[in-house]
Amino acid sequence: MNPLLLFFYAIGALSLVGAIGVVASRNVVYSALFLLMALLGVAGLYILLFAEFLALVQVLIYGGAVAIIVLFGLMLTRFRDTPVVLDNPQRPLAAIASIAAFFVLGVVVTATKWAPKVKELQPVKFGDFGNKLFSQWVVPFEIASLVLLVALIGAIIIARSEDRE
Amino acid sequence: MIPLEYYLVLSAAMFSVGLYGVLARRHAVLILLSIELMLNAVNINLIAFASYLHPAEFFGLIFVVFVITVAAAEIGLAIAIVLRLYRNRASVNVDDFTLMKW
Repeated sequence: MNPLLLFFYAIGALSLVGAIGVVASRNVVYSALFLLMALLGVAGLYILLFAEFLALVQVLIYGGAVAIIVLFGLMLTRFRDTPVVLDNPQRPLAAIASIAAFFVLGVVVTATKWAPKVKELQPVKFGDFGNKLFSQWVVPFEIASLVLLVALIGAIIIARSEDRE
Repeated sequence: MIPLEYYLVLSAAMFSVGLYGVLARRHAVLILLSIELMLNAVNINLIAFASYLHPAEFFGLIFVVFVITVAAAEIGLAIAIVLRLYRNRASVNVDDFTLMKW
């Protein structure tokens, strides 16, 4: 069998097991750790797609920042006191909705005739990527930095403690 | 080469699992985790399409940079809101916040 296909199955299974663990786990901290597993699996998928820079960014940001902030949020909201039943009473409807969404998406995706332009995937040259990001897409880049600044200031103001002088 | 449909079906599966998590969980932070799953599924889709269908202009890869940026900013703000909510109401169960319900 194609070794790339084997890798794809392994990393895909890792991501899906992590994803199912997030939504099905009884313990909130286990859910956060399962999310970390799913996101690192997605980084592996990026490497399979020859987007190595994005795999690095994924590991750094999701594994390094998002997982930590989620664990902090769980710690500061006293996860030990959360009730055991973590699920809504509308769980069966949610299952129906998600299975229907998967079915529709799967049918649409496998029924369309995609015409791949390449025989073998080529990695994007890092220099070209940087060039495009700073020349053609510089306006969204600057706006993204503004978004991060606003999120930083907003998070500090929202989460600040109330005792002021 | 791995056929394009494999990536798309995997991304659809991850998106549906995230959708189930958003709808079925009661803890606010767990809903945020499921939203992150959905965003990652979209990212896989974007990169797969960019690599397979338009390899010359890699718009999908650049879009993913922005999606990751906005997702990180959003989850920072959302956790701050959850912390404030917990401080005011001592609960992170989204079913308890029914003040604006009709």
